[in-house]
Amino acid sequence: MIRYALTRGVLLVAGLLVSSVLIFLTLRVFPGDVAQIIAGTQASPAAVEALRESLGLNRPLMAQYGDWIGGVLTGDLGTSQLSGVSVGAELAQKAQVTVPLGIMSLVIALLIAVPFGIGSALLRGRAGGTAISVTAQALAAVPVIWAGMMLIVVFAVWLGWLPAQGFPRQGWDQPWQAVRALLLPALTIGIVEGAMLLRFVRSATLQARGQDFVRTAAAKGLTRNRALILHGIPAVGLSIVTVLGLQIAGIIVGSVVIEQLFTLPGIGRMLVADVGTRDLIKVQSELLVLTGLVLIVGFIVDLVHHFVDPRQREAA
Amino acid sequence: MPRWLRLLWSNGTGRFGLIVMATVALVALVSLLWTPFDPLDADVRNRWAAPSWPHLLGTDGTGRDILSLIMAGTRTTVFVSAGAGIVATVVGIALAALGALTARWMRETVAVLVDILIAFPVLIIAMMISSVWGGSLWVVIWAVGIGFGVNIARVTRPELRRVQQSDFVLAGRASGLTASQNLVRHLLPNVAQVFIVQLSWSMAVAVLAEAGLSYLGFGASVTEPSWGILLADLQRYIGIHPLSVLWPGLAITVTVLALNLLGDALREATDPTLQHRMAEIRTPEVVA
Repeated sequence: MIRYALTRGVLLVAGLLVSSVLIFLTLRVFPGDVAQIIAGTQASPAAVEALRESLGLNRPLMAQYGDWIGGVLTGDLGTSQLSGVSVGAELAQKAQVTVPLGIMSLVIALLIAVPFGIGSALLRGRAGGTAISVTAQALAAVPVIWAGMMLIVVFAVWLGWLPAQGFPRQGWDQPWQAVRALLLPALTIGIVEGAMLLRFVRSATLQARGQDFVRTAAAKGLTRNRALILHGIPAVGLSIVTVLGLQIAGIIVGSVVIEQLFTLPGIGRMLVADVGTRDLIKVQSELLVLTGLVLIVGFIVDLVHHFVDPRQREAA
Repeated sequence: MPRWLRLLWSNGTGRFGLIVMATVALVALVSLLWTPFDPLDADVRNRWAAPSWPHLLGTDGTGRDILSLIMAGTRTTVFVSAGAGIVATVVGIALAALGALTARWMRETVAVLVDILIAFPVLIIAMMISSVWGGSLWVVIWAVGIGFGVNIARVTRPELRRVQQSDFVLAGRASGLTASQNLVRHLLPNVAQVFIVQLSWSMAVAVLAEAGLSYLGFGASVTEPSWGILLADLQRYIGIHPLSVLWPGLAITVTVLALNLLGDALREATDPTLQHRMAEIRTPEVVA
């Protein structure tokens, strides 16, 4: 167990290191001149030079990278070169929208995927099971933005139950409004991610159905479905954990698109705006935070899976 | 008809995938020569026409014909998914070959690198590229191509290792084939099955990514015909004309569904033992 955690931990650190280098190099080496990009094409050479000086861009790449990573490790993500605001502070503020959105999306995805996935496996070969599978297959092909638009049409335009856009200015001081504002976006991500997760749950349940321990339980006198629910579902839970990391990555990425659609003041929308205005130093830190998040979630999911699955523990 | 095509055709989902893909390709070709209206032609007297003759899917806020816009957008979709497919193929084969056929230290370095790169979502790659180059369809092609090339490498590498240890590869080497001749003649044809399935799925992701990234402003420019741009255009009036966003969305969904089903059918056709195994090779689409 400890050995596994250590090797996996080394891989995580290597992953963070490689991604930071990749992000840094892509943003520095390829364009040729960050200062020129920031200053714009109209700027005089002297102004570009002054900017380069003030941003420390005339120093060797290694030193620049060292500065950035040193700052990140001590909790300083740098400051925006356009607004002068600290990136860390802004991320923390925007996270108040994005983190609840992500959690709500995940809960909705699980609420859809687990019951319907197991149900469609139990009903396999019957009309109900086929209907669930076909719907899930179709939903998994729906672009998230369009799913969001259709939900806006139904729940905001036609029924008028929920707001189509925006987030209360007072934020979580108005908890009810805040939750209402996040409900449609979370439902959008939850449905699309849930449809993908559903197919994993279904195939995991079908797989459990063929296992010896389920057959034994059925031979002892349980009905096939009862045997499956009592003895097969724990195994299904494990398979869900393995794909949960990917699902969470999907939710993080989905929130970027969805925050744009629902004009939510979250991390994703900020990142899109910063890429648009070429606020490169800010983009660099934000991309590292998002990638780091994906890597760390993957690490935790792997550890949890390893810890709860006795077969894996023995194999190690 | 070759055997694999017959197998695909005999399967309901495979047939659906093939028919839709052929239609999409055909529409893309036809749109080069003919669309019902000029997709850029603004007919101001006919703004927001309901679906009816002659505007079968209605018109948008400047009177452009939505059916013509969707037909023209098909070109972009075909271009991007083909481009992304080619990049993914090259990246995937290169990384898989480096990770399977080279010296031990090289193999393991590449394997670890692939494990790390696989965590990079396509959208993040796209934002890295477009914060430097600005938005364009090439951003989508490179981002999906690299993102899925890594995926393909991860799945193809163990297959390549397995095939490399088989007798016919050894025989090839013994009869004097060079490493690259052996790769092209014996190794690649034998991993093609795994590979083609992945390719089909990565093209589905490319279609989704093109729409999503163009919507965010990292893909097609506003003047290019694109399903994502069309969605973004129509979304601004969603409160007044909610039904117009239905059509481009349906076009994307049907195309992606067809590519997904084609991938599933290819997998079933080429490897029946996989049918009920967990869909572990499948990576959920993490963009758009």
